[in-house]
Amino acid sequence: MSDEILVSAESLYRFYSQHCAVADLSLRLRRGEVLGLLGPTGAGKTSTLQMLSGNLAPSAGRIIINGIDLLDAPKRAKAYIGYLPERPPLYPDLTVDEYLTYCGRLHRVARLSLGAAVNEVKMRCGLTDVGRRLIGNLSKGYQQRVGIAQALIHSPLIVILDEPTVGLDPVQIREIRTLIRELAPNHGVILSTHILPEVQAICDSVQIIHAGRTVFNDSLSGLSERHGLMGLIVAFRSPPTTKELSRLAGVQAVEPLAGGRLRIVHGDTAVLETVVWASVENNWGLRELTPERSTLEQIFMDLVHNEYDTDSQASAGVQTAP
Amino acid sequence: MILTIAGTELRRMFYSPLAWAILAVVMFILGLVFLILVDNYMSTIQAQLIGVPGAPGVTDVVIAPVIFWASVIMLTVSPLQTMRALSEERQQGSLTLLTSAPLSTTELVLGKYLALLLFILVLLGLVALMPLSLSGGTNLGWGKILAGLLGLFLLLASFSAAGLYISSQTKTPLIAAMCSFGLLVFLVVLYMSGSAEGTASQLFIYLSHFGHMLSFLAGLFDSSDLVYYLLFSVAFLILTIRRLDNERLQH
Repeated sequence: MSDEILVSAESLYRFYSQHCAVADLSLRLRRGEVLGLLGPTGAGKTSTLQMLSGNLAPSAGRIIINGIDLLDAPKRAKAYIGYLPERPPLYPDLTVDEYLTYCGRLHRVARLSLGAAVNEVKMRCGLTDVGRRLIGNLSKGYQQRVGIAQALIHSPLIVILDEPTVGLDPVQIREIRTLIRELAPNHGVILSTHILPEVQAICDSVQIIHAGRTVFNDSLSGLSERHGLMGLIVAFRSPPTTKELSRLAGVQAVEPLAGGRLRIVHGDTAVLETVVWASVENNWGLRELTPERSTLEQIFMDLVHNEYDTDSQASAGVQTAP
Repeated sequence: MILTIAGTELRRMFYSPLAWAILAVVMFILGLVFLILVDNYMSTIQAQLIGVPGAPGVTDVVIAPVIFWASVIMLTVSPLQTMRALSEERQQGSLTLLTSAPLSTTELVLGKYLALLLFILVLLGLVALMPLSLSGGTNLGWGKILAGLLGLFLLLASFSAAGLYISSQTKTPLIAAMCSFGLLVFLVVLYMSGSAEGTASQLFIYLSHFGHMLSFLAGLFDSSDLVYYLLFSVAFLILTIRRLDNERLQH
């Protein structure tokens, strides 16, 4: 990842009449970076990507694409962007070849290199066999791939993908993820998703959006450094004292929880085995052993769902009030 | 860039059965009209006109009505052609392809419009075959025919511009077709009300697009009529461009 900043968005706002879809959102993408926008449905991911791709004007804020202001010079800025919207923008009555050629010409790919560009992007997206078929007759997975191919045809500096793996089968998902990782070294990629493992599999940094606001923004490597400790929830028939447990190798702390459960904080998953052995040897009668969620998921759930819980409790309170 | 869009648009029109159906239906009906008019001319009118000085010829009696009929049929058919232009794209989400590409909205709209104009030219070419088929047997007033075809072209171009604008307003092609049809018929009604006795108003006649076509049919090339059609089309194109630009700003 280099320090060259490809996309920089500052305090974006977007209102749909009274409803505020995106509020004070800032974002930065470096060359070679894959940035994941993560958030529940309706968090404002799509609106953000529409703004970054120049399809939606922000109510306030600035977007700089590779040094060019997207709002001042949209034509020049858009030349650096390849965008896959939520619904791939396909013409069902064209063949894959015709469609990709058209996309290439719209993005001003030179006539001489157009054929090569179409072939390359078809190979990358696994479309070589369906080049002469009508897009309308392709399966959803293939249509999605054509949509991705369309975003890559002019090998743009910045690739913006709105839920790229939606509707694909597991094998295709893996292929697309590999493709995105391949793009990373020379491009910058922004993708939105609501699938956590996807972010962990392909992203360098993650920005969690909830109700239009950024609630978390960090690189994945920084994330694991800062939150390197993991938890293990255990319950025993005849529980040992916390001291006994803390003496086990690898255990860093033990916290009692409600219902007789204990949380063992550790830095290494080998502790699972140690706990099970100790339980057998000392006849503690292990009844439950649950590794805590991976850190990103934990953060996501904490940030997003706790708020939901308080919201629903608050509304429940209103309903029961006389 | 405009040519790239227009080329692909035109190709897509002919990939769908709609363009072929439109051409087939229009030509079938016009062919019948033409046949009836020629038959009528041969059997009755020709005999009556013999010896009358300055009598109208076959161009006035047969060709001009055919062109007029073509414009009436296209009044109902052209909304079907224009409805797809933007609202269908929006319905299937493909408009994003054009709005994310490095092009201005003006290029986008002009590309779409040019494709519609090219389709009209194809239709006009087919209509022009009818007088051409008579040219072997008689002398035709080619100037009049060309003026008539030019009038028809301008009229259809104005239909398309209006249809394109209405197509930019909605996501549902059928609503776009219905509304453009409504607008076009409204302009005809305006002409009728303008030429009705008592309430006649030159303003209404001026605003209606059909009135300007009639002088072309009579073989008159009046630059004010040309200007009317140009203004009409350009105004609707500008409205379309503004509408699409606005879409980014408001939802």
